[in-house]
Amino acid sequence: MPKAFTPKVVTANALLEGDVIYLAADDSWVRSLSQAEVLTDEAVAQIRLLDASARHAEAVGVYLADVAPSDEGPQTTHFRETFRATGPSNYAHGKQAEG
Amino acid sequence: MYRYTDFDTAFVAERNRQFRQQVERRIAGHLTEDEFKPLRLMNGLYLQLHAYMLRVAIPYGTLNSAQMDQLALLAEKWDKGYGHFTTRQNIQYNWPKLRDVPDMLDALAEVGMHAIQTSGNTIRNVTADHFAGAAADEIADPRPVAELLRQWSSDHPEFQFLPRKFKIAVTGSPNDRAVIKAHDIGIQVVEREGRIGYRVLVGGGLGRTPMIGKELAEFVPLSELLPFVEATVSVWNLLGRRDNKYKARIKITVHEHGIDEIRRLVEDRFAETRQAFNGADLELFDEIAAQFLPPAFRNVPTDAYDSAYESDPVFRAWADTNLWDHKAPGYAIAQISLKPHGQTPGDATADQMRVMADLARRFGHDELRISHEQNVVLPHVHKSDLPEIHKILKAHGLATANIGLISDIIACPGMDYCALATARSIPIAQEIATRFDELKIEHEIGDLKIKISGCINACGHHHVGHIGILGLDRAGVENYQITLGGDATETASLGTRTGPGFSAEEIVPAIERVVQAYLEHRESPEEPFLAAYRRLGMAPFKTALYGEETGKKARAA
Ligand code: HEM
Ligand code: SF4
Repeated sequence: MPKAFTPKVVTANALLEGDVIYLAADDSWVRSLSQAEVLTDEAVAQIRLLDASARHAEAVGVYLADVAPSDEGPQTTHFRETFRATGPSNYAHGKQAEG
Repeated sequence: MYRYTDFDTAFVAERNRQFRQQVERRIAGHLTEDEFKPLRLMNGLYLQLHAYMLRVAIPYGTLNSAQMDQLALLAEKWDKGYGHFTTRQNIQYNWPKLRDVPDMLDALAEVGMHAIQTSGNTIRNVTADHFAGAAADEIADPRPVAELLRQWSSDHPEFQFLPRKFKIAVTGSPNDRAVIKAHDIGIQVVEREGRIGYRVLVGGGLGRTPMIGKELAEFVPLSELLPFVEATVSVWNLLGRRDNKYKARIKITVHEHGIDEIRRLVEDRFAETRQAFNGADLELFDEIAAQFLPPAFRNVPTDAYDSAYESDPVFRAWADTNLWDHKAPGYAIAQISLKPHGQTPGDATADQMRVMADLARRFGHDELRISHEQNVVLPHVHKSDLPEIHKILKAHGLATANIGLISDIIACPGMDYCALATARSIPIAQEIATRFDELKIEHEIGDLKIKISGCINACGHHHVGHIGILGLDRAGVENYQITLGGDATETASLGTRTGPGFSAEEIVPAIERVVQAYLEHRESPEEPFLAAYRRLGMAPFKTALYGEETGKKARAA
């Protein structure tokens, strides 16, 4: 049986800064996971991924990451995505410092 | 110290100019990432979890003070005020912006540094014993050979598209501090009937299929060394598995064909390669060697050292762990620990880099080394200057007295930075160091090397740690496997897995149990951890980790 589709966000690294970015509903790239568009339909997710992947001069390594929707916006479900969304644990650098 | 020739300088300048254009074309959208990636990797630029990462080569780990000052400048201007020294004698910057990287490379070129061949399927930065040219136990300085190999391999047309990366390490001493048995080629300077020659090992490596290097030749004279190494790389270049990235390293080729077959093929190929070398390499070697002559050592009393050693226990503890025997009378090799308890192994701030540069300038014949154990070395200091040096180090958080002890941990960047990671390694290192510092038993434990990798690639050398820790992702949770009995020296061996792994919360207590078991079972404080493990085997450690039942089974097995 195929696995049920779980909610996703489109994510990548920014070409110039290298930092983690997410695709928002208005097609802009945002820095914070809370502003990312949550995709609950597999077909839509694939199209959003394809379109975003074509934006070579903005984003690198575009992919779909699992999230769990919540009242405060999408939450990460895997620790790798948690680190991407916050920053390294040895210094308060990266997103956690940018607030 | 070796200075770049005009040729090198022009070569690096040209490469930087090209890369600047490539970056501009990438930003303008004329190059896709697929086109750009190999180009940036050729120049040491990775894209990690949170940012780009620039990896700068420090050939055979040797730096002068101006170079260290420049590394500090890069850290301050284009990073977040620090740099990370790695097990490959590189420095990595974790936060550069793409647009700034060409400027960073130009700044490096000003002091004869670059990021070429720190990545890609090329012959990588040649590493050497960090005590080269200074160690009392050395037969000859390994760096002239390392430099000869660097010049020979840099941009060598036959070797730009190898089946996989290729790493060479050289030691000048029978006590191997360069982990030559875990390199694709390891070279050891040896002496036979008064003649210097080179013992060549091949097929070592870590990663997902760790192997200990095997002896390919017992004694290769200098006149034959380059053609011999070229023959070896060439045999692998033809035989190497290009179909499977994980089987492409020479260790697999040696394993599949057997060392005797490889030796035969290398000897056949050597008959050809030696024709192509006309002795120009020997002249070059002499020129290079002339630049590695030892500095003019002073011959003065060591009274200041002796009295500080007698009267200051903090200085004495530091001297006992961080100094090493120098070949010149009255001199010492001083190691600067980049492992303060609870901090990130291998990180130094821009200020600390400047302090170390200044110490080298004032007291250290302008030389610094980076060790594969992620520490910094002042290779030539007169003992009478050590109390002053220690005072300055202490004032800048650089006087931790823990070289070779349990808190002197090698850790790869792991999931905190690395895009390939399956778990974090830095916080585990921080917690272990903090814990054993609290217990105040690390000096009692003595020699114990813990090495941690955040994935199977083994950048943190966990296979050759006395205690190795490998971080994995088990169903979405960080899980840490322990290996025991690894050894990175001339008696190299790979560690053996203890059994099931531990969660991030359990791993530090587990390490503590292993260490307690060692303390209980050792014959005397003179028996180090590795010797005790070799005598006792796994059983007492299994019992300590998993309980009596498992321990019994291990004894019966
Ligand atoms: C952070 C970005 C890094 C990436 C993407 C990376 C990638 C890799 C990969 C893919 C391998 C496996 C090679 C193979 O088995 O064929 C490897 C091995 C290795 N890397 Fe890294 N690495 C990184 C950082 C480091 C650091 C920070 C160090 C030094 C502390 C390092 C030193 C090594 C060493 C010593 C090995 C194993 C020796 C061998 O080549 O067999 N790497 N790395
Ligand atoms: S061992 Fe794995 S996690 Fe650690 S630096 Fe290497 S590739 Fe990254």
